[in-house]
Amino acid sequence: MSIRKTAVKLINFVYLAIRKYKSEDNLFSKRIDSFFEDTYHIHRFIARFFREIFQKPYEFREIIRQCYEVGFKSIPLITLTGFVIGIVFTKQSRPPLVEFGAASWLPSLIGIAFVRALGPLVTALIAAGKVGSNIGAELGSMKVTEQIDAMDVSAVNPYKFLVVTRVAATTLMLPVLMLYCTFVGLLGSYLNVHANELTSFVTFIESAFGSVSFLDVSSAVVKSVIYGFTIGIVGCYRGFNATNGTQGVGKAANRAVVFSMFLIFAEEIIIVQVTNWIATF
Amino acid sequence: MKNANQPEIKQEAVISVRGLYKSFGGSDVLKGIDLDVFKGENFVVLGRSGSGKSVLIKIIAGLLKPDQGSVNVLGLQVDQLSQKELQQLRLKMGFIFQSSALYDSMTIRENLEFSMIRNFKHLTSKEIDTAVIEVLDAVGLREKIEQMPSDLSGGQIKRIGIARTLILRPEIMLYDEPTAGLDPITCTEINELINQVQARYNTSSIIITHDLTCAKETGHRIAMLQDGNFQRIGSFDEIFDTDDSRVKSFFDYNFIT
Repeated sequence: MSIRKTAVKLINFVYLAIRKYKSEDNLFSKRIDSFFEDTYHIHRFIARFFREIFQKPYEFREIIRQCYEVGFKSIPLITLTGFVIGIVFTKQSRPPLVEFGAASWLPSLIGIAFVRALGPLVTALIAAGKVGSNIGAELGSMKVTEQIDAMDVSAVNPYKFLVVTRVAATTLMLPVLMLYCTFVGLLGSYLNVHANELTSFVTFIESAFGSVSFLDVSSAVVKSVIYGFTIGIVGCYRGFNATNGTQGVGKAANRAVVFSMFLIFAEEIIIVQVTNWIATF
Repeated sequence: MKNANQPEIKQEAVISVRGLYKSFGGSDVLKGIDLDVFKGENFVVLGRSGSGKSVLIKIIAGLLKPDQGSVNVLGLQVDQLSQKELQQLRLKMGFIFQSSALYDSMTIRENLEFSMIRNFKHLTSKEIDTAVIEVLDAVGLREKIEQMPSDLSGGQIKRIGIARTLILRPEIMLYDEPTAGLDPITCTEINELINQVQARYNTSSIIITHDLTCAKETGHRIAMLQDGNFQRIGSFDEIFDTDDSRVKSFFDYNFIT
């Protein structure tokens, strides 16, 4: 009997707690609701992408234009960041390796670090900031000025023209940018190594890639594809659902960056675990 | 103007709305709207800001879903159409937004071509070019063809918005506040253009406005939307021949008698 009474009390307590959190002026409750609503809508948004990408008409010209916007226009920033990280990472890694008499392992360390983690992650974070905010702001602006509705009433599918093309472009371009960022990073690293140890470029590259396996390269490419898809879909989702005028456009751009970065870190942790698990076989 | 050569209006409803309800966040905007728009008719919906006029035509265009009621356009039940069927219907239905909603990253030519290229794939680039020139001539802005929307004035943007719709040769035109934010002379020009479009392309139109001059110059029938429903439907004179203070105050405010 007492167990039954305790159970009833517990159920009552949970019920009242839920009711309290569901009350209209409860910010915490609203945020939870909003989180689950967002999760539901973003999954529908992703499902729609996979449904529409294989259906005609294919907007090849727009995809190529978006590849140019996402890929080519990101090259200066990727070059600068990759090169500087290559130099700084090498410079900071040398003293401890020298201390253990392992300075010759520096190219291997740099190679593994860039291929496994730095290349994909740095490229993704830069793209999330530059490309994600751009997509969020552009689509957000189109949404609040009714340009997306205008496309809809002109019998043009705005999802196909605006979302599918952008997500396809970010998914295709991120691996390319990642490979480029890794190359530029290794170049910066080589300049630092060459200035200190007079190592030749061929020797440096041989050492750098000597410790890199096929699994490392393939997982980096797969990671970049996933990051590219994440950046594109989050940017488009935030832009497509922008409200409240210019303030809403700013929020859409901001949320696109923050949410993309959060997901990229979460995905990084999962992919590293999966890769390590595969490597043990 | 319109009265001098009023077109023949056939008693064949191209738009038929029955028992339409729509609310947003607990606030009822439309409460059981019934409406018929006949072929060749300019039907004006008058009402104050926030009275639900734009919501009404957005539901007719399939941009919003009604909570209750039916919307029949050219014999098709709008809320029961698939995406593909809705797209086909939208080719016959032009929508002119209050802000015109021109694609600001495209030139005027690209704005006009955009929908045509994607919906009429059999057309050659020369035929599309001819169509673009023709609609630009119809709105008197041929010389602006290579300019960006940001280079145009408010009145010119409205005209290009109308041209972008006309290029698809729609049977129905939905105008959302076509004269909002324009000076009186430009308003008159837009009103004349609406009548010219109706006469030249034999379209049936719903014109959403709170501008009585626009209503008087363009409307064959006018409906007064208040408190979520049509209070009065009739000609301009019939609408304002009343002692209803809400209708009177609307008239007095517009014409400052």
